[in-house]
Amino acid sequence: MGRVAVIGAGCTPVGEFYEKSLRDLAVEAALKAMDSAGVSKVDFLYVGSAFSQLVQGQGNLGALVADGLALQGVEAVAVEASDASGALAFHEACRAVASGEANLALTVAVDKLSDVTGSELSKALMAGVEQDYIAFTGVTLRGLAAILHRLYLEKYGVTHGEVASLPVVSHTHASTNPYAQYRNKVTVEQVLNSPVVAEPLRLLEVSSPADGAAALLLCPLEEAKKYTDKPVEVAAVASASGNFVLTEAEDLLSFKAVQLAAGKAYRKAGVAPEKIDFVEIHDSADVVGLISLEDLGLAGRGEAAKLAARGDLYLQGRLPTNTMGGVKARGNPGGATSLYQLVEVFWQLRGEAGRNQLPKAEVGLAQSLGGLYSFATVTILRRV
Amino acid sequence: MKARSKVAIVGYGAYIPAFRLKVEEVARLWGKDGNGLATSEIAVACHDEDAVTIATEAARYALASSKVDPSEIGAVYVGSESKPYAVKPCGTIVAAALGLPPNIVTADVEFACKAGTEALQVCMGLVSSGMVKYGLAIGVDTAQSLPSDDLEYTASCGGAAYLVGPASQDAIAIVEASTSYVTDTPDFWRRAEQCYPRHAERFTGKPSYFKHIVSAAKALMKELGTKPEDYTYAVFHQPNAKFPIKVGLMLGFSEKQLKPGYLAPFIGNTYAGNSLLSLAAVLDVAKPGDRILVVSYGSGAGSDAFSLLVQNTPSHGNPAPLVSQLVERKKYVDYALYAKFRGKIKF
Repeated sequence: MGRVAVIGAGCTPVGEFYEKSLRDLAVEAALKAMDSAGVSKVDFLYVGSAFSQLVQGQGNLGALVADGLALQGVEAVAVEASDASGALAFHEACRAVASGEANLALTVAVDKLSDVTGSELSKALMAGVEQDYIAFTGVTLRGLAAILHRLYLEKYGVTHGEVASLPVVSHTHASTNPYAQYRNKVTVEQVLNSPVVAEPLRLLEVSSPADGAAALLLCPLEEAKKYTDKPVEVAAVASASGNFVLTEAEDLLSFKAVQLAAGKAYRKAGVAPEKIDFVEIHDSADVVGLISLEDLGLAGRGEAAKLAARGDLYLQGRLPTNTMGGVKARGNPGGATSLYQLVEVFWQLRGEAGRNQLPKAEVGLAQSLGGLYSFATVTILRRV
Repeated sequence: MKARSKVAIVGYGAYIPAFRLKVEEVARLWGKDGNGLATSEIAVACHDEDAVTIATEAARYALASSKVDPSEIGAVYVGSESKPYAVKPCGTIVAAALGLPPNIVTADVEFACKAGTEALQVCMGLVSSGMVKYGLAIGVDTAQSLPSDDLEYTASCGGAAYLVGPASQDAIAIVEASTSYVTDTPDFWRRAEQCYPRHAERFTGKPSYFKHIVSAAKALMKELGTKPEDYTYAVFHQPNAKFPIKVGLMLGFSEKQLKPGYLAPFIGNTYAGNSLLSLAAVLDVAKPGDRILVVSYGSGAGSDAFSLLVQNTPSHGNPAPLVSQLVERKKYVDYALYAKFRGKIKF
């Protein structure tokens, strides 16, 4: 398999875009990515979206976005894996390039969650979760995260304030990201005093649904310099499924999908966790982000909250995390959120992260999650 | 839009039912947190009050505040979304209660919360064209809300009436101009034969309330060449206690300009009565020379903006109560009595 490079990236700001359609957003992000590499045609298109069929009633996104980009004739593939849709679409695009079949592959991920009311959306968001035994009970994603949260506090003896330090980090980083939806800084006290969404989870501990699209352009590494002076290598991309039924997990406070995907990614890249300079994690709820850090091998069990509380996760800290605001504060446009992570890693490695630029960014990791915990794609990008 | 011949507000009156329901009582009942909208109380019409009785009370006060002979009133327009009858006009009942002559034009108008200002625009046109000498424009509602819905924390009852006439030295305020901005924006609606309205949650904010109010206000100020600092007071529709302050600050107004008309925290959202009641509260304290900006908002959606120049305070001996007196005159009811008064107990 050949080596793959990312040569261009683009995204829309994350927010509520009532005057733009799903296609408008996807096309806007895709054109930015193509323009950044001076490319007007690609031979493969992979489109990730988690909820377009349920929110807009729009399926067949491959052809939809291809047509929007005037790319008729392109092989257009739609990919769905809940919030990990974008990352999985990226994985598929990498495969197409690595196999030699594609010379230029475009990945786009989009979701537009502001088109329906809260109760309609709550139901749609549960589509990534097992229906017969879990969703059936009426529990919501936030309700499930609340169960993990209670258990995390109890099992590890950490305080709610320590867990709530992660959204403080994410909001701080989002405050200087022009693409972020929530650019307000928050304190631990504000997080703990925000309204309860599912006891004990507070409003400022969970991400909220948004609109947005992101795109990345891939080509074989040996051809990357034709398009850009600063290509970024896909050191590894690995996906894994884990427990689909929460009640059957051996350990509720460990995401098997993340562990398995991370293990494969570290092996493929030949990189140990300690060599990762920064990470983008899936903090759909703070506790979910913390467990993810632990499953990535970047913190010991029950230790991630302490890292957050100690300040290790800030840009200037030991393990910069969610450098552009994370799912929590950059905003969570469903299936696109995992592609935003990769755009952000790409920018950091190219030195294009603006006021959030890390001084040392050689190797970056992005971890996505789908269906709260049941599917993960872990990607490691490296400067060339 | 400027009237061909200048028109003015020559009288006004307000009415708010005496009963109040604390928002915390609604929150207690449903086990929710009602503080998000920052409204503390809503006004509750009694079982023997409705949009017509409230309109009549407000209109009586409007007449009392002026020197207009009722026989010179040629138009009555009532804006409301809580008409007691689906088919049968409110205007005729109000006109009869006021003892107006039968040779008047009357109609009920509906445009969610901006129906009252719409009635005002109709009367401006009729007076300006010379078709009638005086017109009575009323905005009133006994607003409906689905039990446990977010609307139940704000939907309230009340109204205000304005007597529009030709500009003269005695008039209370000259209407300098009015501008509207409307689009097909389905943020809130109630279909025929439904008891309670539905709404599209967050969609009622940015693309609805804020977009229309900002657009109408800017268009009006552009037409007149005015700026926020040219206004002594500004009134924006108040669906809750947060939006009017936010939109005012967005447009460059200060909290000082907004405060006298800020009623939402104390009485909730009186729908078609809303911006007209707030304007009445401002006129109660305004002085000659003060300029007032009023911008309503009606879901569906649209905004009417008005620029008023105050000439006189209402004449001495005006028996009409001040809005502040109506706000302070109150008696609390619990949810059970509220449910009975508002017809929420079905049997």
